[in-house]
Amino acid sequence: MERLYLALAAFLLLNIAVGLIRILRGPTAADRMVAAQLFGTTGVAVLLLLAQAQAMPALRDVALVFAALAVLATVAFVKRVASRADEGESP
Amino acid sequence: MNVRDLLSVMLLSAGAFFFLAGTVGLLRFPDVYTRQHALTKVDNLGLGFVVLALVLQANSAAEALKLALIWGLALAASATISYLIAHSAFENDVPPWQRTPRGPQ
Repeated sequence: MERLYLALAAFLLLNIAVGLIRILRGPTAADRMVAAQLFGTTGVAVLLLLAQAQAMPALRDVALVFAALAVLATVAFVKRVASRADEGESP
Repeated sequence: MNVRDLLSVMLLSAGAFFFLAGTVGLLRFPDVYTRQHALTKVDNLGLGFVVLALVLQANSAAEALKLALIWGLALAASATISYLIAHSAFENDVPPWQRTPRGPQ
């Protein structure tokens, strides 16, 4: 089973790498943020698989933090975009 | 290989398939909203399959519960993220994709 876990983790990592193409192409900032969301979900799965394969339960906590931080990153992004949009308009 | 392992392998394969579908959707769909729609739903389903496979292999009830909790948090996080991104894109006038640009209507 361990080998299968590691193989699947590598496959998911490949998914993330292919997702980088979307960040490269864009075209909008929101598209790039969607790719960041892919990183969040897939990263959680990779960490859970590694925790099982290597018998390192601490990695599950890392996965929890990952899921929580993904939201914070997005909130920061939305705030930045919103404040930039506000600057252009008169209130 | 016992039945539980076999079930886990099947669930992991299903999870891998859905993750692949999410990535293909991210690359192939035409605009940010459709990409969002593909990624948010499909990836969380893939994560659900992976979590279910790991729950079958869990040593204790607490471990299984924690895995389920992580999936729940990931679901809530993903729903929040997708709303925030799509809303900010719409507010910033990113046009939704249409089959015929500037068609009748």
